[in-house]
Amino acid sequence: MDDTLAGLLQVALLLVLLAACYAPFGDYMARVFTSERDWRVESALYRLVRVDATSGQRWPTYAAGVLGFSFVSIVLVYLLQRLQPLLPMSFGRGAVDPATALNTAISFVTNTNWQSYVPEQVLGNTVQMAGLTVQNVVSAAVGLAVAVALVRGLVRSGTDRLGNFWVDLTRGVVRILLPFAFVAAILLVAAGVTMSLRSGVDLTGVDGAAHTVPMAPTASQEAVKMLGTNGGGIYNANSAHPFENPDGLSNLFEIFLMLVIPVCLTRTFGTMVGNRRQGTVLLSVMGVLWAAVLAVAWFAETHPNGPAALAAGGALEGKEVRFGIPSSVLFGVSTTGTSTGAVNSLHDSYTGGGGGVVLLNMLFGEVAPGGVGAGLYGILVLAIVAVFLAGLMVGRTPEYLGKKLGRREVTAAVVAILTMPTLVLVGAGLAIALPGTLDALNNDGAHGFSEVLYAYASAANNNGSAFAGLTVTGDFFQTTLGLAMLFGRFVPILAVLALAGSLAQQRRVEAGAGTLATDEPLFGVLVGGTIVLVAALTFFPALALGPLAEALA
Amino acid sequence: MTTPILERTPARAVAPGGPVRAGAFSPAQLWASLPDALRKLHPRAQLRNSVMFVVWVGSVLVTVDALWQPTLFGWLIAVWLWFTVLFAGLAEAVAEGRGKAQAATLRRTRRDTTARLVDGRVVAATELSIGDRVVVGAGETIPGDGDVVEGIATVDESAITGESAPVVREAGGDRSSVTGGTTVLSDRIVVEITTMPGESFVDRMIALVEGASRQKTPNEIALTILLAALTIIFLLAVVALQPMSAYAGGPQPVVVLVALLVCLIPTTIGALLSAIGIAGMDRLVQRNVLARSGRAVEAAGDIDTLLLDKTGTITFGNRQATELIPVDRASTQELAEAARLSSLADQTPEGRSVVDLCTREYGLPGEASADEARAEFVPFTAQTRMSGLDIGGRRIRKGAAASMPGAGEVREIVDRISDEGGTPLVVADGDRVLGVIRLSDVVKPGIAARFAELRAMGIRTVMVTGDNPRTARAIAAEAGVDDHIAEATPEDKMAYIRTEQEGGRLVAMTGDGTNDAPALAQADVGVAMNTGTAAAKEAGNMVDLDSDPTKLLEIVEIGKQLLITRGALTTFSVANDLAKYFAILPAMFAALYPSLGLLNVMGLHSPQSAILSAVIFNALVIIVLIPLALRGVRYRPSSASTLLRRNLLIYGLGGVVTPFVGIFLIDLVVRLVPGM
Repeated sequence: MDDTLAGLLQVALLLVLLAACYAPFGDYMARVFTSERDWRVESALYRLVRVDATSGQRWPTYAAGVLGFSFVSIVLVYLLQRLQPLLPMSFGRGAVDPATALNTAISFVTNTNWQSYVPEQVLGNTVQMAGLTVQNVVSAAVGLAVAVALVRGLVRSGTDRLGNFWVDLTRGVVRILLPFAFVAAILLVAAGVTMSLRSGVDLTGVDGAAHTVPMAPTASQEAVKMLGTNGGGIYNANSAHPFENPDGLSNLFEIFLMLVIPVCLTRTFGTMVGNRRQGTVLLSVMGVLWAAVLAVAWFAETHPNGPAALAAGGALEGKEVRFGIPSSVLFGVSTTGTSTGAVNSLHDSYTGGGGGVVLLNMLFGEVAPGGVGAGLYGILVLAIVAVFLAGLMVGRTPEYLGKKLGRREVTAAVVAILTMPTLVLVGAGLAIALPGTLDALNNDGAHGFSEVLYAYASAANNNGSAFAGLTVTGDFFQTTLGLAMLFGRFVPILAVLALAGSLAQQRRVEAGAGTLATDEPLFGVLVGGTIVLVAALTFFPALALGPLAEALA
Repeated sequence: MTTPILERTPARAVAPGGPVRAGAFSPAQLWASLPDALRKLHPRAQLRNSVMFVVWVGSVLVTVDALWQPTLFGWLIAVWLWFTVLFAGLAEAVAEGRGKAQAATLRRTRRDTTARLVDGRVVAATELSIGDRVVVGAGETIPGDGDVVEGIATVDESAITGESAPVVREAGGDRSSVTGGTTVLSDRIVVEITTMPGESFVDRMIALVEGASRQKTPNEIALTILLAALTIIFLLAVVALQPMSAYAGGPQPVVVLVALLVCLIPTTIGALLSAIGIAGMDRLVQRNVLARSGRAVEAAGDIDTLLLDKTGTITFGNRQATELIPVDRASTQELAEAARLSSLADQTPEGRSVVDLCTREYGLPGEASADEARAEFVPFTAQTRMSGLDIGGRRIRKGAAASMPGAGEVREIVDRISDEGGTPLVVADGDRVLGVIRLSDVVKPGIAARFAELRAMGIRTVMVTGDNPRTARAIAAEAGVDDHIAEATPEDKMAYIRTEQEGGRLVAMTGDGTNDAPALAQADVGVAMNTGTAAAKEAGNMVDLDSDPTKLLEIVEIGKQLLITRGALTTFSVANDLAKYFAILPAMFAALYPSLGLLNVMGLHSPQSAILSAVIFNALVIIVLIPLALRGVRYRPSSASTLLRRNLLIYGLGGVVTPFVGIFLIDLVVRLVPGM
C-alpha cells in the first residue's frame, strides 16, 4: 500500500476511534467529577488519610493541596532515586546523582517527563514502578483536578468553594486513570509490548557476540505514559524502541491513548457547563491546530532538501522504517500537541519546517489538544483572553459563560499565559548567551539554536520531548530546565485556581443576544486566531533565527 | 436595519456663552493642544501609562546612543520615537482640551453672587453653609444649590440646561430643587441651601468636564493590565533576541532593538486609551448628560434591562383625543362641531389634538373662521377645571367630568373611559351635555421598532406606569415592550430592580421624584432628570440636563460605543504587529541568514528604510486614529454576533492588512532620503 494512503487511513481510523469515545467517555468523566457518591475504596482512602470528602475548599486551600501533594511527591521520587541501592530489584544500579535525581523528580511530578538519563542503565524496577509510574498516574490526576476546578469556577455561582482537591485527585486516579490504563496495558501486551521484572536477557547475536537486552515492566508504564500524557520512556529510545512500541498497530493505539483524555475533556467541559456546543467549539479549535501542524509537518518531511533525503524519497533520517514518515509525523504532532513528549522518531532530524512546526505546536501553549487537564485549562485561559481582547467589540464588558472578566480575572489569565513564554525566552536567551552552551551543542548555526529553543519550550510546556542534539546533563541545563518545568507547571496552576476562585464568586448571568456567543464557529475562529497570534508575536523572532532560517534556506 | 426613529436632541451648549465647539474634530485642535502635549513629555506624566513609558525610555536610550555615535539613521529613529511619545500626549491633550473649553464656558456663568439671608444679612455666596435660608427675588441669581421652602417662582435655568424656556420652582413636591447660578425671573422664593459652596452642581460639572476627578474605570484597568502584560512579553522577546542574534553572528545595535520593541508593544491603544475614555464622557456632555463617573458610562454599555417610564418615553407626554362618544340624542357630527369649537382657542396639546381629530375624522375646518376668531375664549383655570368658547350666545364648554353637568349615561361612559386608562372630557353646549371626548395615550411612532432593535441588542425593555393593569397591558402590547409594571409604586420599581440584579442583570432607569431616589441609587445606571428633586439628582449616577427620559437609549449606545472603540483599537493595535515583524525581522537578520530575506514580502528598499518606515507608520497611525478615538467607532444597534463579525473584519483583518500597505507606502518616500 502507498505510504500516504496508509497514513491517511491511520488518521481516519484514529479520528473514528476518538469520535466513538467522545460522548460516552467525556460524559463519564463529567459524572466522575459531579457525582455525589463515593466508591467504597475511595471512602476507605478518605478515612485513612482523614479527609472530609464532603467539604468544599476555597481556591487557596485547593491550591495548597496541589502544591503540598506535588512537593511531597518530588521529595519521594528524589529519595527513591537517591536510595536506589537499598531498594529491591535495582539490579545493582547505583544512586542517581543529585542533579539528575532532582531534575527527574521535578520532571515526573510536573507531568513533563523530560529525561536527562538513560533509563535502562540508571533506574531499576522499584524506582520505575513505585516512583515514576505512580507519578505518571497522579501527576495526570492533578492536571485533571485543576481543570475540573476551573470548570466549576465557571459553572458555580456566588460561592467561594471549588470542590475538594483530595476527592478530585482520588476520583481521577481511581475512576479514570487506573482502570483505563490497566485495560490499555493488557491491550499493549497483546500488541507485543514487553512486561518483565527481569533486568535483561543474555543472548548471542548473529555476529556470535554476547549481548544483554535490557528488560523492564514496560506495558504497565507505557499505558499510563501515553494515557496520562506523560511521555517518559522506560527505554532511552522511548516509543521508537520495539519493546515499547512494536508495530504500526501499537503505534496507532499509543497515539489514541495520548489524545483520548484531552479530546474527551472538552465534552466533559460542555456537559458540566450545560451547553455541549461550548465544548465542541474548543475541540474544533484544538482539532484545526492539530490538523494544520500535521499537514505542514507531513508535507515538510515528504518534501525535504538534501541529496540523501531526496534519494530516500523523504526525510527518513531519525525515523523508524517500520513506521515510515506518516506514522512518525502523526506521532510527533500528537506528542507535541498533548504535552506528552514520548517520541517514536528523532525530532532533531526533522526538516527545518517539520521540526519548526512541532516546536510551534508546543509554543501554542500545549492546547492542541494539550495534556490531561492542562490542555483544557490552557485553552480555557486562552479563550478568556480572546473574549477579553475581542469581546469589547460587541459593546459590553467582556464575559465568558456568564462571568464578567474584570481586573482579577484578566490578571490571573495573563499570569497563566505569560509564564511559558517568559520561561522559554529567558531560558533560551540565557542558555545561548553562555559560552558553555556551544560545547553542549551537536550542531551549530540555526539548527543549534533550534535545539536550545526546543529544550526550553519542552520543559516550560511540561512536554518532555527532546530535540536531542543538546547535552543537557550539565548543571546549568539540569537546573534551569528543572526550574522551567517547575514554574511552567505550577505558576499557571496557581493562576488558574485563582481565576477559578474569582469566577466562582460571581453570579452567573444568562447570555442574551447582546452577549458574545461562545458556542459558535466565529468564537472558534477568535480563539484559534488568538492562540496563533499570541504564539506568533511572542516567538516570531526566535523562530526566525532557528527553524525558519533553516526551512527557508 | 432601521435607523433610530426617536428624535435626537441636538448637541446644545451647556451655557449661554455660546455653543462649545466639541462635536467635530479639526486639525486646528492638534495645534492648540501641542503645548499641553509637550508638557506631558515629563517622565512623571509618562509613568501613568506603562506602554508609553517604555517608548519614552526607548526614546531616551536611542537619543543618547545617537549623541554617542551620530548617524542619520539613529537620529531619524530617535526623532520619530519622540514623535510617538508626543502623539500619544497629543491624543490625550486634545480630548482633555475639549472638556476644558466646556469648563471655561461654564465658569463664565459663575458670577460673584451675594446672598440675602432670611434675617436680612447679606453675605457672599461662597460663605453660605448647609441649612442657610436665603431669599431670592425676581432678577436675582440663586446663590447655591438648594430646595425651595417657601413660595413659587419661574426660574431661568438656561445657564445649566441651555433651555431658554423658564421653569416653575415651588416649595414642596418634586419641583422644589433649584441650582446655584440660575436666575429667578418672577416672584420670590426662600431657598434652603443643601450643598457647600465649591461642591455645587456647577462646580461638579466643571470638575467632570475638565476630567479633574477622572479615575480609570474597571474595564480600563483590566485592559491596562493586559496591555502591560503584552508590553512585558515583547520586552522579554526583544531582550532575549540579543543573545540569540549574537549567537547567530551579529548582535543588533541598540537603536534597532528599541525600534523593534516600540513597534511591537501596543502603542496605538496605549496612546489612545485615555483619550477614548475622556471622549466617551465628552459625548455624554454633548448630549447634555452629566455622568458622575466613567464607571457609570461603562456600565451603560452593559445594561440588560431598561426601566422606562411610560409617559414621555413610550407615549407622548400628553394624552390625545382619540374618540368622540355622543350621548342622549346628540349626533356625532353635532358633538364634533362643539368639541372643535370648545378647543379652537385652546393651545394646550390636548386641545390641539381635539381639533386635529375633528378635522381628520369629521372633515371640519382646522382653522378658526373670522366669526369664530372674534368669539370670547374662556381659558382653563384650576378652579373651574373647564375651558371653552362663548360664540353667538352659545356657551360651549369642555372639562373634567366632575366639574361638568351630566348624569346617568354620561357617568357610565366617563367611568368606562377612566377604567380603560383614558381621560374623559365632557363637552356641553350650555347645560346640555353632547358627549364625551376620549383622551388616551398615544404610543410614539417608531418606538416599537426601536424596542425590537434593543431586543436584538439583548436589552429587555420594561414599561413602568401608574396605569391600571388593563391599560398598561394594552399600551405595553402596542409599544412592544418585553414587560411592564402597572400601578407602579416606587417600591415596585425597587423590587423589580433587585430581582433583575439578583439574576446578574444590570438595570438602568430614569427618575425625578424624591421617592425615585432609592431606586435610582439601586439601579446600575440611574439617570436623574434635571427638573427632579435634589434627592433624585444625588441618588442617580447621571443627570440629564434636558430632562428627556428617552435619553436613556442614547446613553446605552454611548456606553457600548465606548467599549467597542476600546476593543476595536486594541485589536487593531495587536494585529498591526504581524506586518511590523515582516518589515523589521528581515532587516535585522537577512545579513546573518540570507534565506530570511524571503520574509521581506513588502520589498522594502533597505534594512534601514524598512525599520524607519515601520517606526514612522507606528507613530503616524496614532495621529490618524485620534479622530476615531474621539468620535468613537460607528455603532449601529445590532446583535453581538453581527457586531463582532463586522468589527473583527474591519479592525482585526484590517489591522493585519493596513500596516503592510502603510509601511510599503512610507518606504517609497523614505528610500528617497540619501543614505537610506
